[in-house]
Amino acid sequence: MTSRYTRRELMVVAAAREIRDDEVVFVGMRLPLLGFGLAKATHAPNAVGLFENGVIRDRPAEAFIYTMGDPPNIAGAVACLGLVDVMSLLQQGRVDVGFIGGAEVDPLGNLNTTRTSGSGSLVRLPGSGGGGDIASLAGRTVLIMEHEPRRFRERVDYITSPGHFPGRRRGGPATLITTLGVFDLTTGRVRAASLHPGVTPQQVREATGFPITIDDHTPATATPSADELAYIRHADPEGFWTGDSMKTA
Amino acid sequence: MTEKPLTPTLPRKGGEKLTSLREAIAEQVHDGDAIALGLALESGIPFAAVHEIIRQQRRDLTLIGPISDMAFDQLIAAGTVAKVIAAWVGNVAGGSGYGFRRAYEQGQPRRIVMEDHSNFTVGLALKAAAMGLPYLPTFTGIGGDIVRGHPRIRPIDDPFGGPNLLAVGALRPDVAIIHVQRADPQGNAHLWGNLGLTVEAAYAARRTIVICEEIVPEAVIRSDPNRTVIPGFLVSALVEEPGGALPSSVQGYWRRDFEPFLAYHRISRTPEGFQSWLREWVLDLPDRPAYLRHMGDAVLERLRVTDRRLAAEANFAP
Repeated sequence: MTSRYTRRELMVVAAAREIRDDEVVFVGMRLPLLGFGLAKATHAPNAVGLFENGVIRDRPAEAFIYTMGDPPNIAGAVACLGLVDVMSLLQQGRVDVGFIGGAEVDPLGNLNTTRTSGSGSLVRLPGSGGGGDIASLAGRTVLIMEHEPRRFRERVDYITSPGHFPGRRRGGPATLITTLGVFDLTTGRVRAASLHPGVTPQQVREATGFPITIDDHTPATATPSADELAYIRHADPEGFWTGDSMKTA
Repeated sequence: MTEKPLTPTLPRKGGEKLTSLREAIAEQVHDGDAIALGLALESGIPFAAVHEIIRQQRRDLTLIGPISDMAFDQLIAAGTVAKVIAAWVGNVAGGSGYGFRRAYEQGQPRRIVMEDHSNFTVGLALKAAAMGLPYLPTFTGIGGDIVRGHPRIRPIDDPFGGPNLLAVGALRPDVAIIHVQRADPQGNAHLWGNLGLTVEAAYAARRTIVICEEIVPEAVIRSDPNRTVIPGFLVSALVEEPGGALPSSVQGYWRRDFEPFLAYHRISRTPEGFQSWLREWVLDLPDRPAYLRHMGDAVLERLRVTDRRLAAEANFAP
């Protein structure tokens, strides 16, 4: 097995490591979906996954899927319920960790997926989906982002998925996984937990539109093992989600 | 104050209501209606109905749904929509919905009003209507901007002294359009797989159009009543339209056809591109059978599920 891997494969591995055994996970699409399957196949065999379309699974989908509603994610599920059912479990506090992505993030872990004027003119983004619910109600959240200056803003234009704020009842952003590193968000400030191999603190600072703490002894993100890579390439054989350039237009 | 009758135009509660898709849309979907669709999320999206609505040139619709994939984008770009009540509008595989963006950012082909939600708040709004309640309380969204100044979401006190909540006001669609695997001629509908907000929308809506892969004898439905997600008395029109949800998937019948989602994403980047897509896949085709012929046999063969993995029997003997 080659030791070469893509940055997105590294992010999948980082996402998987955020899942502990026996946890209930609100699984997002794309990289978190693969991360959930990888965690199940390695260190978290007893984790259970909830999907916002109502599906509950305790094993990965049986074949490659583009969306959580694809037939291989339904076959062999533990249960197929409704959206309000799984969101109710989330609201009760039965979900340990949830994954969300966003177009923009700020130091408090607020995510914007609704609308931005960051580049000068108004850009409408798709919206919350289940992201705002996971951010509000999960025991902790893991954020996954492209690491670019225009996306890392002192203050986001619109808070779609709330981060840390006074009076929060539960949870909040715990970890931010980006194309450059893994960051701790638990303190309401952004601190580098690890930088991906080959990434310098200077690169991260230039790609982050707000102050960020990077200690001298910040370790490198652990690289994928051969087994981890084998799993990812089995689950995403053509590198649709984990290739270095997404194949979407 | 007397309540307005819930289903003023429901033709009949019992009895048969089988019709064609063209007639179902003509009779049940009117200009200005609020229509809910795409309720299972990424599967079972009633694209055949979406395209028929565009062909019949409905105007000033309000769209209701959680995540509509590209169905909402197509309706918006075709100029049929005045307002969207949703948690997410775009293209699940590709990201942005360019038709939605042009309407929201530039008012092209017309301006739309957006009522932003999260998936849970759309669900609670429909559920409240389905329960006959004015609102349902929730903790979701507190601390974020979606709920700030929202027309349908207001802060409330917990009458039992607990922490403050948000009230999500009821949302009653004029029409829900739902694609299922099978139904009997009375409209009693079996659906399996992820349900999303299908049940809430069907219960809440004034009228429900059920589109099925196949009409089955009533004995099939009654053999497994737990799988009936919509009782027929809620159904205003029933349509048999195999492949009516393509390119989205239908468990046990059709795999998801991925390429049309990406192709639409690419071509709809410009208004001209959208118009050429619209002509090829909607306006120049009379109906869904013509759409399936345009897809071609080889593609249909690839997408059709022929494997069998049957649920174990459940004994309903009294």
